[in-house]
Amino acid sequence: MADAEATRHGPGRMLIAVYGIFALAATSRAAVQIATQFSEAPIAYILSAAAAVIYCAATFALARATAVSRKVALVAIVVELVGVLAIGAFSYLTPEDFPDQTVWSHFGQGYGFVPVVLPVLGLLWLRRTAGGTR
Amino acid sequence: MFDPLTWALVALSLAAMVFAVVLAALDRRINWWLLGLLGVVELALLAQLVVGTAQLVGTDRDVSGPFFVGYLVGSLIILPIGALWALAESSRWGAGALAIACLVIPVVELRLHDIWVA
Repeated sequence: MADAEATRHGPGRMLIAVYGIFALAATSRAAVQIATQFSEAPIAYILSAAAAVIYCAATFALARATAVSRKVALVAIVVELVGVLAIGAFSYLTPEDFPDQTVWSHFGQGYGFVPVVLPVLGLLWLRRTAGGTR
Repeated sequence: MFDPLTWALVALSLAAMVFAVVLAALDRRINWWLLGLLGVVELALLAQLVVGTAQLVGTDRDVSGPFFVGYLVGSLIILPIGALWALAESSRWGAGALAIACLVIPVVELRLHDIWVA
């Protein structure tokens, strides 16, 4: 069980740094959108807020690095992956529902497609550091 | 926006990022030189907040105030948190994490510039 700490060391340090930046960016973006122009695109802004919650959960769970938080991180990152794929697809299929960009619109195009790569790296990292915790 | 300050911030933070990447490549931890450089960047970010806010108040442009000030304020917490996060790591990956934090600054500055000229 002592190995759970591995989640936040080595390459995990960089991974969590990226997660932290997205948590901060998504949270502040959603906060400003909802506070100043919510009626323009409520669906997109609610999704922005949901993405922000997921990023915060993943960041703190990975950084906490306990056996329990690893499970929380796994759930958060799976939701993140499903979210970015679903929102990415819907933003192409029904662009009228997305008058303003969310983090996950067009598979994270506005963020250099990092949002679609990040959950994959997160899952790989959780698997890589799983030794001894399962 | 006061362009010289913006571009100076882009250049300084990219230099800091390269510094951090070199340290990571050499398997070294972050050092006082890098932290000093980040201190200079942080002071410039503080100046940018003051200058940017003053210009926002005085401009006739249709700049999105909440986003503009949000980026100005948000940019201040990136490097301190990144430095603390990097210092807590005893391997080269600390420098790598700090390189990522450094990369955020030019991105934020470009966004600020885009919001201003939009």
